[in-house]
Order: sequence, then C-alpha cells, then structure tokens
Amino acid sequence: MLKEIWAKLSPIGVVVLAIFLLWYLFAIVLNAPWAHDKAKRAGAELSFPQLVSDTWSQDKPKLPAPHQVAQELWKTVVMKKITSKRSLVFHGWITLSTTLLGFIFGTGLGILLAIGIVHNRAMDMSVMPWVIASQTIPILAIAPMIIVVLNAVGVSGLIPKATISMYLSFFPVVVGMVKGLRSPDAMQMDLLKTYNASRFELLWKLRLPNSMPYLFTSLKIAMAASLIGAIVAELPTGAVAGLGARLLAGSYYGQTIQIWSALISAAALAAVLVSLIGLMQRLTLKRMGMAA
Amino acid sequence: MTSIVVSAKDLSLTFSTNDGPVNALKDVNLTIDKGEFVSFIGPSGCGKTTLLRVMADLEQPTAGSITINGVSPGEARRSRAYGYVFQSAGLYPWRTIAGNVKLPLEIMGYSKEQQQERIQQVLELVELSGFEKKFPWQLSGGMQQRASIARALAFDADILLMDEPFGALDEIVRDHLNEQLLALWARTEKTIGFVTHSIPEAVYLSTKIVVMSPRPGRITDVIESTLPKERPLEVRDSPEFLEIAARVREGLRAGHSDV
Amino acid sequence: MTLVIIVLLVWLAAWWLNIRLAKLPNRRWIALLVPAIFGLTLLVIWEGVVRGLEVRAVLLPPPTAIAVAFYSKMPILWVDFVQTFVKGALSGYFIGCSAAFLTAVAVDRSPFLQKGLLPVGNFVAALPIIGMAPILVMWFGFDWHSKAAVVVVMVFFPMLVNSVQGLQSSEVMQRDLMRTYAAGYWQSLVKLRLPAAMPFIFNGLKICTTLALIGAIVAEFFGSPIKGMGFRISTEVGRLALDMVWAEITVAALAGSAFYGSVVLLERAVTFWHPSQRG
Repeated sequence: MLKEIWAKLSPIGVVVLAIFLLWYLFAIVLNAPWAHDKAKRAGAELSFPQLVSDTWSQDKPKLPAPHQVAQELWKTVVMKKITSKRSLVFHGWITLSTTLLGFIFGTGLGILLAIGIVHNRAMDMSVMPWVIASQTIPILAIAPMIIVVLNAVGVSGLIPKATISMYLSFFPVVVGMVKGLRSPDAMQMDLLKTYNASRFELLWKLRLPNSMPYLFTSLKIAMAASLIGAIVAELPTGAVAGLGARLLAGSYYGQTIQIWSALISAAALAAVLVSLIGLMQRLTLKRMGMAA
Repeated sequence: MTSIVVSAKDLSLTFSTNDGPVNALKDVNLTIDKGEFVSFIGPSGCGKTTLLRVMADLEQPTAGSITINGVSPGEARRSRAYGYVFQSAGLYPWRTIAGNVKLPLEIMGYSKEQQQERIQQVLELVELSGFEKKFPWQLSGGMQQRASIARALAFDADILLMDEPFGALDEIVRDHLNEQLLALWARTEKTIGFVTHSIPEAVYLSTKIVVMSPRPGRITDVIESTLPKERPLEVRDSPEFLEIAARVREGLRAGHSDV
Repeated sequence: MTLVIIVLLVWLAAWWLNIRLAKLPNRRWIALLVPAIFGLTLLVIWEGVVRGLEVRAVLLPPPTAIAVAFYSKMPILWVDFVQTFVKGALSGYFIGCSAAFLTAVAVDRSPFLQKGLLPVGNFVAALPIIGMAPILVMWFGFDWHSKAAVVVVMVFFPMLVNSVQGLQSSEVMQRDLMRTYAAGYWQSLVKLRLPAAMPFIFNGLKICTTLALIGAIVAEFFGSPIKGMGFRISTEVGRLALDMVWAEITVAALAGSAFYGSVVLLERAVTFWHPSQRG
C-alpha cells in the first residue's frame, strides 16, 4: 500500500521539484542584468554567490524567486486583517463569490438547456450547432463590453462579473450534459420502454444517473472557466477589487511580486475548487456504483 | 531427417502479482520438430498463451531454458525467425490491407519491388487478392484475421505462432479458415504453434497436441496425431478423429481433477 | 410597437417552420437549414427589438449598424486582425503546440516522467494561466511577441497532456507486434505510436485554437501598441462605440470558427480511419 502511494507520488514530486529548480534558475538568469547594472553603477564586481543572492532578493525582479512570493503570500494572506484592502483573502473572496455565483447559474442553465435539447428535436437541430460553434469563439473578448453595458443600465457590483462567469461555464455543461443524457444505450432505453415508463421517468431513472460521469467532467471545466471569467471580468472595472484587479494593479506599477502572489492564489483557488468537484465526483460515483 | 525447432527444458515462469506469485508455467519440457503443426490446448490460466509468448520473447522465463532454432528466443526474434498472429487481427486502421501486410516488410528493410511481390503473393495465399486498397474496418472479422495471417507470413519466417487466432469468429467462418490454414501449411511447410481452447480445432489441425492444465501451468499430455496429412473437413466424423478427441478430453479432465 | 409584434410573428413562424423541418427525415440540407433559420431569427429579433423598443446604441446596436461598422472600418479591422490573430495567436499556437508535442515525444521514453508530468500537466491546464499575461507583457514588451508568449504558455499544457496520452494510446497487442518484428525505437514511434496518437493530438490542437485566440486578445488588455483586437475592444468600449466593438467581436468569431474549422478539416484528412470520423 505504502509502496504504491510512493510509486505514484514520487514521479510527481520529481516533476514539481524540477519546476522549482527551473524557477530559481530562471530567476537568476532573468534578474542578472539588473543586478549587474546595479553593481556597475556602484562600481563593484559581483561574485557568483553575490549575484545569486541579489537576483533572489530584488524589490521589483523580472521573476521573483519562489520564497519571495511565499513571503508576500504569508504577509498578505495571514498577517493582514481579512477586511483590509491589502489582504489577499479579501480579494480572493471577491473573486471566489463571483466565480461561484456564475458557476451555479451557468451550470443550472446548462443542465436545463441540455434536457430541452435531448427531448426536443427541433431545439436540438437549431440550438446545438450554435452551442458547438460558440465554443470556437473567444467569448472572453466580450467581457469588457458586458461589464460596461451593464454598468450603463445601472447594474454593477457582483452581477455583471458573475454574468461573464456564467456565460463561460454554461457551454461546457451543455455540451457535456447532452452527451451524458444521450449515453444510455438502446437496450437500456428499450428495457424502460417495455415497462411503459414515461419520458420523465426515463429522464429521472436512466438518463440523469447515466449522465453523472459526464456532468462531473464538465463541471470541472466549467469551474475553471468560471474562475477565468471572474478574473478577466475584474480587469475593465478599473482594478478595484479581486485577484484580477491585483494582477492589473501589479502590472501598472511593476510590482511583480504582487502579480505572482495573486497568480499563485488564483491557481490555488482553481486547484481547491476543481479538486472539491473531483472529491464530490468520487463520492457520488462510488455511491452510485460507477467508480472507475 | 528432422531438425529441432523449439526445445524447452524445465521451463518455468512466475508472475509476481498483488495476490502473491502466480506459477504461469512450471517445469515445461517440450520439443517441436521442423514442419510440425503443434496445438496447445487447455482451460484458461493453463499458461498456453504464456508459453507461446515465451517462444516469441514477449515474456521472460524465470527458470529453465528454451531455444528456438538452436538460439535464444531473443536472438530468434531479432533474426525475424517467426511470425506471430494475435487473438484479434490488430490491423492498423490507418493502413490499407496492403499497407498492413507491408508493415513488417518496411521495418525489415525489404526493397520496394520485393514488398510489392510479397504482398501479392501472401494476399493470394489467404485469398484476399483484390482487397489491397480496402481499409481493415471495411472488411469482415474473418477477412481481417486472414489479413493478419498474411501479415505474419509476409516476411517468410519459417515459424508461425498463432494465439487463438480464430477464437472470436463464428463456427462457420472458423471451419473455413481451419481448412485454409491446413492448405497453407501444406504448401509452405512452416512449423506452426497454435493456441486454442477448442478440442475439434486442435485435433483437426495438429500433428501434435499439447494438453495443458492450470495452477501451476504445466503440460499434462502430448498426443501425436495419427490422422493423415490430407484432411478434408469430413475427417472429423471418422472414428480415428473421435478417438484422439476423446484422449484430449481425457487429458483435460485429468488436469482438472487433481487441482 | 408594430415592429415588436412583427418580430413576434416572425419568431413564431420560424419556430413552427423549424419544428416541421425537424420532423422530416434526416437530410444534409435540413441539418444545415434548421440552425440557419434559428440564427437568422435571432438576428431579426435582435434588430426588431432594438429598433422597436428604441434601445440606445450605446447599450446594444442593431445588427445592421454592426454590419455597417464592419464594412466601413474594414481596414482597421484588418490591421487588428493581422496584429492579434496572425502575429499573436497563430505564431504562439505553432510554437506552443510544437514545443508541447516535442516534449511529449521526449518524455515518451520515460514512464517515470510521464507519470509525473500527466498529473502536473492536468493540474496546470485547469489553472487560470491567462493571469500570466501581465508578467509576459513585462518580459516581452507591448508588441505581439508578448501576446505570442501568452498563447505559448496557454496552449502548452493542454497540448502536452493530449500528446502524452496519445503516444500511450497504442494497444499492448500492437506494441507486442512491433516487438516480434524486432522494430527499433524510431520505427515503432513513426509507424505505430504517432499514427495511433493522432486523434488525441488533434483533440489537443482543437482545444488550443480557442485558447490561442482568447490568450492573444486578453493579453492585450494588459498593454499593447495602438492596434490589435483586444486593444480595440477595450478602447472602443471606453468610448461607448459599441458598433465597432461588435464588429471586432464578429471578426474574432469568424477567425475563431475558421481556425477551428480548418483544424477539423485537417483532422478529417489525417484520422479518416478513426471510428469517430468514419460516419
């Protein structure tokens, strides 16, 4: 048992370790010019250890070293009061609430539309090609417009941002659920038909249970998309609050450490959200006897 | 004068699994002469496929020794001594039938003219001439399996190893392919190792029937067939045929009872 | 008000027509006609509602106004298209996808690295990589190079995961077959694993088309020269010139669909043998 876990984790560990090593290495390479520049102005020559320690501790490095980002995270996540505008928890919460609201509405709408598409041939034929086509369109590009337009009609705050998240999480759910609701094979469908089951019973007892694996797969995609939507939606509002705003503010003032810490928090948020769905998936499928 | 093609001495193979070691083969002794048609028959788990895979250097024995044409299976593989036919045809869907037959020839570095010549030759042998340009998924299961036999014959190895090649086909197609295989064997004089779990198939095809039993996988009986080399399908109704079949069944049962 | 009523009637008529058409036996022209009618109806409703209810153009311009903007601002749109799509998205797409593919081939020999890279790659593919945009804009400057870099980072991991999976996808039996031929590493790569990987590789390529365009456009929100689709969208939104924004979005949609479509066509030509393509 222990051996198996080790066999599974050690390759991942090596890859992660390699990423950190590369990160430190790139920090040296990318920050070296600035360090040399500084040394030249001070009329000094840098030895290699000096160079390394300088490149790993600059104020506005091109690439901050992992421990600098970790320090910044510690400072802004743990040390600040969570109501403070400088707390990453505060910004993270703003992004998270947008993400979740958009995700819930997007998923709900997506499931309903999928049920409609599966049951109505005319709807399937007219809507489905557009749903698929719209996946090839960079929907994110209209984010600024939605924000501004909704602001103009007096809707501001959470709703416009959540609209974008909803929009982004909606499509993967429709596509996945249509596939899932259609996944029962002809024999299973015929069996229920011999029982004279109604369309609703067919949906409730066969199609929906069968679609669960598909649902969870698309929920993961939808959650990731929803978070991206929330972050991008924060950009045009003028960098007020949220992780996206931290990114934009950081890029205005060249605060690379701030950008990276916002980025890492966004990544952590995504990881937690997606693995939560993964956990739900495992529990649900296990209870339904579909665990892989 | 016959020469020995396969010679196994005290061959054993143990797989280590999560549930402990499994004796796939235990103390197997076997000799196959040139030009023989040898069937391996037994219930699932008796190691018949494993034995074939050891001959093909697809598995490594854990004890004992085995030689193919006097050398190790690995050397035999590298000198391209045998053609292998799997349970399913396993043709590449992105290649035509001719392209599939050409695959081993490309890898083994045959010239373009030789490739063309051989493709024609072996497709004729398995009665698939005219289907060169078809893709595998456009043919029936029986035709696909014939194409995979053609692929194994293409590079003219003198040993043909077949692992339940007709197992997935229906009875009628199977009879037909059995007949064709015998004709092909008579024409090419290859040595054939043939894994099956069908008694009639084993008796009908073979000059030698190796009966195996499981846990541990081992040989329980080796039966030399007394049937003539010329075998129409009706031979299966002859008393001689039924007698050999009875002996095979006996061997299989004996292998089971002492578990 | 009459306009709104007409719109309602058109909608009902189109809906009825589509229901009738959908009940007909399957034909290719019906499969094309039904969504076309649906799309046209949407446009008519949009036009009619905007004009009938006199919605302000700064909120939602009617499709005809967008068409006019599209036609009259063609040169600007073209410049933006070249800047964002051709220079930013396409070059990044090619660099990112080929780098990911080569990495996949390189790690293909090491099951250890594969086992490590697959989960990490899957993890990274779910992250909001787009957030790297401000950093890459800092590193590579405002011009298209930074946009291409964003695209490279965005497409790399989805492509890597798909390629690694694809190269593993050949069946055990087929690999055994190559072994019985005593085939070398390169022979089995070229003749077996690469062809078998193609459906997966194209899946990755398709996902990446959308990502590439998104990356190139959104990266421009973090700084760009005074051209490019993302730049135009954000500045025209600021000036409330929404017809131009919609024209730009139309370009993005057309470019996105054409990009995706051409990858699909290529996929059909290469993986014609795959069950999903035989239809």
